[in-house]
Amino acid sequence: MFSSLFETTFSLNDLWFMLKGAGVTLALTGWAVLGGTLLGVAFGVVRAVAPWWVNAPLGAVLDVFRSIPLLIQLVLANSFKTIVGIHWSPFTVGCVVLALYMSAYCTEIVRSGFLAVPATTRRAARSLGLSYRQDLTEIVFPIALRVALPSWIGLTLGVMKDTAMVWWIGVVELLRSSQVIVTRIQEPLFVLSIAGLIYFLMSFPIARLGARLEKRWREND
Amino acid sequence: MNYTFHWLPAFRALPEMLAGALVTLEIAVLSMLLGVFFAVLLAVASGSSYRSLRALAATWVELARNTPSLFQIYMAYFGLGSLGIHLDSFVALLAGITFNNAGYLAETFRGGLRAVPQTQVRAARSLGMGQVQAFRLIVLPQMFRIVFYPLTNQMVWAILMTSLGVIVGLNNDLTGVTQELNVRSFRTFEYFALAAVIYYLLAKLVTVSARLMAWRLFRY
Repeated sequence: MFSSLFETTFSLNDLWFMLKGAGVTLALTGWAVLGGTLLGVAFGVVRAVAPWWVNAPLGAVLDVFRSIPLLIQLVLANSFKTIVGIHWSPFTVGCVVLALYMSAYCTEIVRSGFLAVPATTRRAARSLGLSYRQDLTEIVFPIALRVALPSWIGLTLGVMKDTAMVWWIGVVELLRSSQVIVTRIQEPLFVLSIAGLIYFLMSFPIARLGARLEKRWREND
Repeated sequence: MNYTFHWLPAFRALPEMLAGALVTLEIAVLSMLLGVFFAVLLAVASGSSYRSLRALAATWVELARNTPSLFQIYMAYFGLGSLGIHLDSFVALLAGITFNNAGYLAETFRGGLRAVPQTQVRAARSLGMGQVQAFRLIVLPQMFRIVFYPLTNQMVWAILMTSLGVIVGLNNDLTGVTQELNVRSFRTFEYFALAAVIYYLLAKLVTVSARLMAWRLFRY
């Protein structure tokens, strides 16, 4: 049973192939986080300050992305792309869907961060002569950032893990590349363990950092 | 755009898909019940004075939180196979989601446990309650109130995660049924759009009934 762990046919080339898969995972994550954060900040601020007739429909639309499995979103986007005749690679489709998916969660994080700034603090800032813009950049932004950053780190890691689903539409990322090797050398436990280890190493240090930030910032409050 | 939508076959398959939705709900509920059970054990273990128990709990929690849920389901389906444990896709999916749920909920429960002041336990004990009694009657109800909202969130997550069953070959849950219909007809968009609507309704069903329950339970 365990002998297969020591007499493995897993080669350095296979490891290199998996690391390349991990690179694709990171690239997907990077684009998705970039797009998702930009959209999320924009939507989040709009949701925090806009009147209800803007706020409610925007919230409802974004809620759809959080209530449908990512896998289904990916399949839908991929087939919609074919229907309309856009020629995007599966990688691009994956990035776009993941970015929208992330933006839906990021919006709520930004919004709750924004609303966590007490109204009295903002009024004080305005009565000290700060302009509305200065109030946003000098008062709201630093306070909201502290509230939102730990959740944002968690979300980023969540998106990183969710990129694993993108192989369903044909992107060879880390999990898919390990699957390719499994079909060849037939040692699923060993190969999957390596994949899991790589995911863990990509996620765990950052998760720890997020937890530490959260703790440290709470002490200062 | 030279594509004609054919919605009729999709609507005709609605009963099949709703039967699939029932299986989806069944897996999600089961995985939540098992997940809560293991999560309570993990939360208690992580506060225990035995080092090995703490290490076990920490390993479970960190593995569950730092690897993709799809990976965990893969591990249950393909990985355990090489140890001679062959799970069918239903059980593998259930095991994977339960593992994930327990890992996330353990952290939630630990926070909930810490939020109940130790003085209350001491007060309960000095009123003559046993340790188990104090935990069951004093700590648990208060903790439940704190973890209720994260619990419903996790339930929605569990429903969304069941869609991954199709990747390990499950064919009777909502995504599985949809995929079977899809490979028969290649009307991908129509079928999956309908599935998306059903998933949306399932998620809403959970959040709305949770809100009603919270309103009924936490009125005091």
